[in-house]
Amino acid sequence: MRLEAQDVRFRYGGAGARPGGGPGGGSVPEAGAGPGWVLDGVSLRIEAGERVALVGPSGCGKSTLAKILAGYLAPASGAVLLDGAPLPRRGYCPVQMVFQHPELSVNPRWNMGRVLTESWAPDEALLRELGIEREWLRRWPIELSGGELQRFCIARVLGPGTRFLICDEISTMLDVITQAQIWQLLLRVAEERGLGLLVITHSQPLAEKVCTRIVNL
Amino acid sequence: MAPGMEPILSVEELAVSFSMYDRGLRKADLAVIRSLSLDVRPGEVLGVIGSSGSGKSLLAHAIMGILPPNATVRGEVLYRGEPLTEARLRGLRGREIAFIPQSVDYLDPLMRVGRQVVGTFGTRAAQEAIFERYRLGAGVARMYPFQLSGGMARRVLFATAAVGGDVKLVVADEPTPGLGPDLAAKMMKHFREFADAGAGVLLITHDVDLALGYADRIAVFYAGATVEIATAAEFAAGGAALRHPYSRAFSDALPQNRFLPIPGSQPYAGSLPEGCPFAARCPERTEACLAGDVPMRDLRGGKVRCVHAA
Amino acid sequence: MLEPGLRAVTAALKKPVPRPLVKGPNTRTMVVATVSACLAYLLVVFFWGRFMDPGLYAVNYADKFLAPGAGHPFGTDFMGRDMFFRSIRGLSTSLVIGVIAAAVSSVIGLALGILSAVVGKAFDKVVLWGVDLCMGLPHLVLLILISFMLGKGAYGVTVGIALTHWPELTRVVRAEVLQLRSSVYVQAAYKMGQGRLRVALRHIVPHVIPVYLVGVVLLFPHAIMHEASLTFLGFGLPAETPAIGVILSEAMKHIATGKWWLALFPGLMLVVTVVLFDLIGDGMKKLLNPHSGNL
Repeated sequence: MRLEAQDVRFRYGGAGARPGGGPGGGSVPEAGAGPGWVLDGVSLRIEAGERVALVGPSGCGKSTLAKILAGYLAPASGAVLLDGAPLPRRGYCPVQMVFQHPELSVNPRWNMGRVLTESWAPDEALLRELGIEREWLRRWPIELSGGELQRFCIARVLGPGTRFLICDEISTMLDVITQAQIWQLLLRVAEERGLGLLVITHSQPLAEKVCTRIVNL
Repeated sequence: MAPGMEPILSVEELAVSFSMYDRGLRKADLAVIRSLSLDVRPGEVLGVIGSSGSGKSLLAHAIMGILPPNATVRGEVLYRGEPLTEARLRGLRGREIAFIPQSVDYLDPLMRVGRQVVGTFGTRAAQEAIFERYRLGAGVARMYPFQLSGGMARRVLFATAAVGGDVKLVVADEPTPGLGPDLAAKMMKHFREFADAGAGVLLITHDVDLALGYADRIAVFYAGATVEIATAAEFAAGGAALRHPYSRAFSDALPQNRFLPIPGSQPYAGSLPEGCPFAARCPERTEACLAGDVPMRDLRGGKVRCVHAA
Repeated sequence: MLEPGLRAVTAALKKPVPRPLVKGPNTRTMVVATVSACLAYLLVVFFWGRFMDPGLYAVNYADKFLAPGAGHPFGTDFMGRDMFFRSIRGLSTSLVIGVIAAAVSSVIGLALGILSAVVGKAFDKVVLWGVDLCMGLPHLVLLILISFMLGKGAYGVTVGIALTHWPELTRVVRAEVLQLRSSVYVQAAYKMGQGRLRVALRHIVPHVIPVYLVGVVLLFPHAIMHEASLTFLGFGLPAETPAIGVILSEAMKHIATGKWWLALFPGLMLVVTVVLFDLIGDGMKKLLNPHSGNL
């Protein structure tokens, strides 16, 4: 399997931006491509089983590219292709994404069991592998730490249909021990299932430890 | 400590708890910080590291006297040897004590940046000089906070801190997240300038690399307690150079080191165990660890809160 | 004084409350108690007024213009009617009209708010234009116009209030829905293959309901106040109905001759009712907000 972005251009507020998929923050990016364009003709290819790091200064459009690859945003021009075909618009998307802020990624009014099983029912083995304890399923999001929540956010997108996983600074808000825990678990699962990983990070050492290839944007 | 060098700030066994509602109508006291002890000396940058929930940010708020009203504070905060009372703080804040907060949200959104920097104690001339020093163009003074880019905003916050003139203590609460490595390094250089001018800098940060690169000493927080104070060099060396098992685990988990985690997680605020907070995850745990509060003690030129450390 | 940068921080974080907090009945219990007490009072007024024997406030020329006293706590008017029972009866009428009008108005607000956020840009523009129009015009003018066109009376007032009080709720609901739709967990739900209806029912509706409930309760006092004003001005309920607006407008004729009680007590009753609704609304806001860990 292969996920590729072909000559993708994107700018916020312009054509192609879907309603509701606004920019992550309000500030104007300091660096970036041509005038107004956050991404100006970017191409990228990830094969199944590959782990690609996307490294670059803040504001260079890393997160935007991640959202485009996962289908959260539509590019103004260019295409995102999965084995040559566009991403499906409905149903379970084979390209899934995990975000930087786990506490914003789960519904605060749902208990964790409901969050976990929103789209599929992970089996006991996977939960054990990800270090999710049975007892946590009854709790509410505010009763768990960021690291614990992030495990749920990973587990819920590891459904049987997932082929590629896009990790947007998923350990930036976690402490270093939890960060190492999460990556160990995630790398093991990705290996077992032959997932392709796109890892967005600002940390060069992390990219070197985790990935097979590093792309600078 | 060099003889005769009195710390600018010393925090002695600080404890902070909040009265909260946990379920329905039940009210509970949530102990978030249990025992923080550290000191900041003139001319040094003291980096504070620890995972979120370890009490880092609350330390800054406790020092600056800006905790919410449902907080209860125990322990002592001494500024130049005298307790830092609310009345004393009022006179020092913005003059001798500068606070650099996490984001521009702490600026008044409706006031032009220049006027905010002049503030109560600065002058127009001082503001212009400081803007030049931080390479903020003349036009920036007329902007509103929302018009600033991330890097400019941080420099404005620095200018706000520095304009009072005679700064002796800088308290910075996570000054770098969201900045690229270049900008973050620039920010760190500004902290260094404060320290080189004789001020003490308390740098609370999530970014271990920055703390190691620019701080003189590192205070490691875990679950509301300081577990170790070591020099940055010792921390960079890791392993046996460190005194507390948590510091060693922390250093081992860094991606530039072994990237090896220990199992388990930090206990929640409110359910801190008796005795050493790290005991549950500690490979060297014995009965003595759980016996009661572990005091901070001097060891090999640093400080540690562990009964076994040698 | 602090520097201005810090002032914002302190203003947000610090209130002049002594700490540590005194042990005792906690704030959340107090809020529940307040809301219950307000609700109880309003229910008593409503039922008492609704099922009251009209004889209690019947005409009795023998007792004209009695000042407040043992037999008539609020005094009597120019036809010797007991002002206390008349006020209760009047308030209960106001409550009925207020509740019906607010309920209708809130449903309009809810529907427009949701549709505005969901349907599309053009529809959103039209709704927002309507909102601005309604909020830009003086409320009372619009109310008088509608009520007058519909021939005044209870029907005219109710429709008038219902048609003029939806904009605020529309705005709140629309903002809430827009914010939810752009939240990461809703977007992620779509990507995990959840259909639009499923997401709406499971993610969005449960968030909007509390906002809506608080909005409705905070609409009541507005509606009641406007009903009374409209009636007072003569564009609302007819003069023979015992309504607060009618009572106050009659009192105006006698206030110059020193019959102060005719306006004072019914006026106070109206103010108290309005304030109680506000208290209930604020209390509910605090109780329904999952993040108000400490009130």
